[in-house]
This record gives sequence, structure tokens and C-alpha cells, in this order.
Amino acid sequence: MVKIIFGYFAIVIIASALAGITRKNLVYSLCWILLMFIHIGGLYLLLNAEFLAMVQLIVYAGAILVMFLFVIFLLNLKEEIKEAVFIHKWSSRLYGIIFLIFFAFLGVWNFKNNFKGLYSIEFIEKEGHTKIIGTVLFNEYLFPFLILGFILLVPLLGVGIVALRRKTNGTT
Amino acid sequence: MVPLSYYLILSVIVFFIGAFSFLTRRNLIMMFLSIEIMLNSVNISLVALSHYMQDIRGHILALFVIALAGGAVAVGLIILVLAYRNRKTIKLEDFNLLREE
Amino acid sequence: MLEFLLMIIKTVIVFAIVLTHVAYTTYAERKIIGRAQARMGPMEVGPHGLLQPIADFIKIFFKEDIIPVKSEKFIFQIAPLIVLIFTMVNLTVIPFTANFVLADLNIGLLFILASASIAVYGIILAGWASNSKYSFLGGLRSASQVLSYEIALALSLAGVVLASGSLNLRDIVIAQHNSIFGIYAIPQIIGFVIFIIAAFAETNRAPFDLPEAETELVAGYLTEYSAFRYALFFLAEYVAMYIMASLCALCFLGGWTVPKFLTHLFPFLHKVPGLLWFAIKVYAFIFLYIWVRATLPRYRFDQLLNIGWKVLIPAGIINLIIIAFVKKFL
Repeated sequence: MVKIIFGYFAIVIIASALAGITRKNLVYSLCWILLMFIHIGGLYLLLNAEFLAMVQLIVYAGAILVMFLFVIFLLNLKEEIKEAVFIHKWSSRLYGIIFLIFFAFLGVWNFKNNFKGLYSIEFIEKEGHTKIIGTVLFNEYLFPFLILGFILLVPLLGVGIVALRRKTNGTT
Repeated sequence: MVPLSYYLILSVIVFFIGAFSFLTRRNLIMMFLSIEIMLNSVNISLVALSHYMQDIRGHILALFVIALAGGAVAVGLIILVLAYRNRKTIKLEDFNLLREE
Repeated sequence: MLEFLLMIIKTVIVFAIVLTHVAYTTYAERKIIGRAQARMGPMEVGPHGLLQPIADFIKIFFKEDIIPVKSEKFIFQIAPLIVLIFTMVNLTVIPFTANFVLADLNIGLLFILASASIAVYGIILAGWASNSKYSFLGGLRSASQVLSYEIALALSLAGVVLASGSLNLRDIVIAQHNSIFGIYAIPQIIGFVIFIIAAFAETNRAPFDLPEAETELVAGYLTEYSAFRYALFFLAEYVAMYIMASLCALCFLGGWTVPKFLTHLFPFLHKVPGLLWFAIKVYAFIFLYIWVRATLPRYRFDQLLNIGWKVLIPAGIINLIIIAFVKKFL
């Protein structure tokens, strides 16, 4: 049963990723990639990471893709999104990619899992995924978390600066 | 129970779909999107490895990746909007001021 | 197998009840606004116009379904479905009484936020796919409005999560019942006000109904829609109102419980079933929606964004800090 669900998610993820990168129209590609992100969230649910799944949906689907969509609309790319030739010199790059995939598969096949951590699946299910993530995040990873906060401050200031400059110029 | 290698293979395939798109599409928005696809594939493998190794650190890393991706996309899109305002295009070939003609 | 069947029956019952509510909310809205403007409201169909929603329903489903020639057909057709599905799915995590909830997720609150953020796509894509200036502007406005107010909404709910220590809506209500006041609306009055304002903006209702401002944008993203696709949008808007109302009832007003000091004063309140309390709270919030729509004028768009970013978000952060201090030191 789990295999069937995984197969469904995997097929939809790969198919929508392929469809997403090959559409000419940017809005259509965004729609396909939205489908892919939602299914990746489903995959996280399958892996007992329900908090992460919801964060995936809220941040990726709810914030990042809306930002993309908003920029496409803001720049009003209606003419430009329909390019005649939109994939250049693809054959040589495709061969290169296939060559690299071969090495990655070698790595996957030679991978041996001989590590057992402290957080078993039963423990996570008993305590709740959100609680465990919170505990570890605010104890072991407190300093990276603070740095993350400062990094996220940068886009906020950047947006403010861009908006301010636009106001003082008064031309655009 | 799904073997771990299935998740890793899925992650590899999605990663290289993103990489291929990054190398071939010459549209800045599309290139950002392919970066997001690649980050997501890495997240899949992080969460899967963390699940099978019974550790929580993969989840934390994935959380950091998601948060940083949000910040990176915001900065990238600001740059893109500014570039569009100056050059009136978002195709990569048209940003060639430093290239010899 | 039996459990599965029971689950389906429960789901059907919940959806049927909610759809009936939606139908009669439109009736109530017209009646209340009519009274507010010293009119009678609908009076023709049935006694006091009671059959009006059914007549509207029949009318709207027999109209012609028009798809504009120059629209993006596929996206135009699925956009209402996206909105409807991702708002209806929220009904599954809302606990109506202590024991009646379709899916008892322990991340219920995040689930509601996530699906609300995906439902926005329907509106934006509808605006884009219609290929009309009015729709497009409506979609853009909706995008920036919902992006801005979702942060304020999440901040006000973060206060509740912090105080109750859980993301499960049922646990939130139980923790709330055991707190000092019995409802979070009293100690977290800042968060409560922020939540109400952000809920109005999230559901695109007056005074924040700029995406469909009829005086400037005809009907915003709904301009090109007709017949049952329009009805789907309409349905989704009212279901979203009910979801926001029940979220407010659960997170700030105590859900199906009554504050303990009230039951000490009036012991007979124990006998009132929990579902009735929940319904009263939800109806009060819906009445607030209609009342505000009848009373307040619409905001301008820059005022809307200023309120969101310069007032609500700082106030939400201050609220969060206060709650953290109270939780830590008291």
C-alpha cells in the first residue's frame, strides 16, 4: 500500500517537473511546478515529517511561487513569455546530464545505511514531530537559527530599498 | 516499506531535471525556478535519509534549506525586477555588457 | 471497511450542513443589509422570501456557461475548482464538538494556513486567465493583499499556539478552557483584533474587498465568470467565511466550551450542548461580517497595504512578545 502511494507521488513529481520545465508559457510552468511542490509535501507526510510538509506547502507553494507569479504579472511579460525557440543547444547538455546521472546512480547503489540515530520513528510518533523539531532546533541549532533570522532580514531591507528608490525617482 | 534507494533515485532524477532546465532555459525566471526544483530534490533526499537513519538532523537541515530558499528567491526577484527596469528584458543573452562583440 | 463507510457518511453530512448554511447566509446577508438600509430585503419567494436562496440556486445553474474566446481555456476552467477544493478541504480539520472531527490532525492549524495559501492561486490564475484588464487588476490586488495579510493572520495565531502549546485545534480548545479566563480573546485582545481584521482581508470581504471592488473594477477577478463557475467562486467565498469564523471561535472564543467563571455563576449552562455554543459563536462572527459590510466604506489600496505592513504586523510581533513573557514568567 505504501509502495503504491509512493509510486503515485514519484510519478506525479517527475511528470510535473518535466512538464514544468518544458512549457513555453511561464504561468503554465508555474502551475505544473506548484503541483510538484504539493506532491513533495505529500511525500514528506509519507516520511512522518508532517510539520515539514506543512512548511513546504506554506513557504514554497504559498509564498515563493506566489512571488514568482507576482513578478511575472508585475513585469507584464505577456509578449515575452511566448518565445519561439526556448530551449537552446539542448542535446549536448542532455548527454552531459545523463552522464552525470550515471555517476549519481552509482553513488546511490553503493550507499550503505549503517547508522542509527536517537530519534526512532516510534519516538517521533509518540512525541509529535513539531515538538521534537522545536526542541532540537532551539537547543542544538540555536546559533544557526539566529543567523538564519539575520539572513532573512536582508530581503526585507532589500525590498524596502527598491520600493524607496522607485518613489524618489518618480519616473517609472 | 519502500526502500531508501527509491527515494534517493527519485531525488537524483528530479535534481537533474532541474539542472537540465537550468542549463538550457535562457529565461531568468525559469532559471530561478529550476534552482528551486534542485533545492526541493535535495530536501527529499535529506528527509528520506533522516527518516531511515532515525535521526532528526535531516529535517532541521531541510527546514533551513526551505527558509533560505525563501530569502534567496526574494533577493533574486528583486535583482530581476531591477534588471528588467534597466534593460527591459529578462533573457540571459541580452545581459552582455561585459562581453566582446 | 465499516469505518471507511462511516467516514464517508460523516463527510457528506458535514458538507451538506455547510452548504445549507452557505445558502441561507446569502439570505441572511440580504435581509440584514436590507434592514440596515431601511429596506425589506427579499420578500417575494416564499414567506418572507425564505425560498429565495433555492430560487437563486436553480437560476444560476440553468444559465449559459460562457468562456471568453481569448482566455486561457484550461486555467480559466480549473481556477474555480482550485479555490473551492482548497477551501472545502479545511472543513475536515475543524472540530465541531469535543468528539466530532473528520480528521484529527496534530498540525490542524498549519493545515488551514497551508490550504488557505494555496486557494489564493485560484483567484490569481482566474484573474490572469480571463484576459481582461479588470480581472487582471483584481487578481494582482488579491495576490498582494493576501500575501500581506497572511503574515498578520499567522502572527496572531502564533500567539494562540504559544499560549496553548499545541497546533491541534482540539487541544487548543481544551488548553483554552483550562486557562484563567477560559477564552483567549480576553488576555490576547491585540491578537484577537488582528485576527479579525486579517480574517476580513483574507476572505476578500468588505471593507477589504478590493479584488472585487465593483465601483472601480466591475467585479475584479469574477468579471468574466458566469453561471456555475461564478457560483463555485461564490460558494468558496462563503465557505471561507465560515472557516474563518470557526477558526475564530476555536482559537479565541473557546470553541464548544463555556468559560468556567460563567458556569460558576449560572450552573444551568452546563446543560446546553457544545455544538450549540460553537454554532452561536460562529453565527456571531458571520453577523459581524455582514454588519461590517453594511456599515463601513471600502479602503483605498495603499491604505490597505499600510494597515497590513505598518500596523498589524508590528502589533502582532508585540503581541507575541507579550505572550512569551507572560508564559515564561507568570
